[in-house]
Amino acid sequence: MKRLLIAFALVAAPALADSDLPPAPLAYTQLPDPRQEAQAQALMETIRCLVCQGQSIADSDAELAGDMRAMIRERIAAGEKPAAIRAWLVRRYGSWVSYEPPLDRTTWLLWAAPLLFVAIGIAVARRSFRRRRA
Amino acid sequence: MNERMKWAPLIAFILLGSALTYGLAKPDDTNITSKMIGASVPSFVLSPATAGLPGLSSSDLAAGKPHLVNIFASWCVPCVAEAPQLKAIADAGVPVVGIAVRDKPEALARFLGRNGNPFRAIGADDASQVQMAFGSSGVPESFVVDGKGMIRQQTIGPINPQDVAGVIAAVKAAR
Repeated sequence: MKRLLIAFALVAAPALADSDLPPAPLAYTQLPDPRQEAQAQALMETIRCLVCQGQSIADSDAELAGDMRAMIRERIAAGEKPAAIRAWLVRRYGSWVSYEPPLDRTTWLLWAAPLLFVAIGIAVARRSFRRRRA
Repeated sequence: MNERMKWAPLIAFILLGSALTYGLAKPDDTNITSKMIGASVPSFVLSPATAGLPGLSSSDLAAGKPHLVNIFASWCVPCVAEAPQLKAIADAGVPVVGIAVRDKPEALARFLGRNGNPFRAIGADDASQVQMAFGSSGVPESFVVDGKGMIRQQTIGPINPQDVAGVIAAVKAAR
C-alpha cells in the first residue's frame, strides 16, 4: 500500500500555479542606461513581493514580482521618478508593499525607539554613577 | 534605588517578551486587501483575451451599470472551483466581466469550454499591469464596481457557494 502511494505521488502532476506565458521582457533584462537601471534596482530592492511575502521583488522569482520589475523598469525608462512609482504602489497595496516605512501615526514609535532607548540608557547611567560617587 | 525599582527591568523584560511571543504566535493574515476600494477604477484598455468575446476597458465599467470584475486565469486551479458560483451570479442577472492574467487565447477557450462562460467580456492582462492597478495580488479575486466606475468591494480568493447571495446583493446595491 505504501509503495503504491509513493508510486502515485511520483506520477501525480503538481497543481499548476504558474502561467505558461514567458516573463515580461523587462522582468529579467536590465535597462540599457546604467543610471536608470541603478535607480530601478534601488527601488526594486525596497518593494515587497506580493506572492512570497518576505522577499523584495528584486529577489523573488514569482511571476507577479517579474511583472512588477518590468513595470518599474518601463516607468523609470519613461522618465518617472522612483518616489512616484513607490507612491503608486503604496496607493494600491498600502505601505505594506514598501520596505521603507513612512513616518506617520502608526510608525512614529518605530522611528522614535532608538532615541528613546538612548535617553533611558543615559538616565540610568547618570543615576548609577551619581550613587557610586556618593 | 529603592526596593521596588529593582524589579522594574525584569517586569519590563517580561512585558516585552510576552508582547513579542504573542505577535509571533498569532496566526498571520497573508491576504493583502486593495486600498483602491472607494476609488475609481484606474483607466485601462485591454484587448480581447479570446475569440468571440469583447475586450474590457475602464470606460465599459463607468457606463452606468454595476459590474462584477473577476480577475482570473485559465492556469489557476481555484478559478475552476469558482466557475459554478460565477455562473450562478451571472444567471441572477449580474454583468460579470473578466480580466485574464497572463493567459493564452487557446488555453482560455479550453477553460471556458470546460467550465462554462459567465463572462460578457474578458480583457487580456498579459503582464499583470491592470491587476496591479486594481491593487490585486493574486487570482482569483473579484471586485464589485458600481455604475459610475467606483470600486466598492473586493473578494480575495474564490467566491464560495455561501458567498454567492452576498455578492449578488452587493452588485445590486452598487447602482
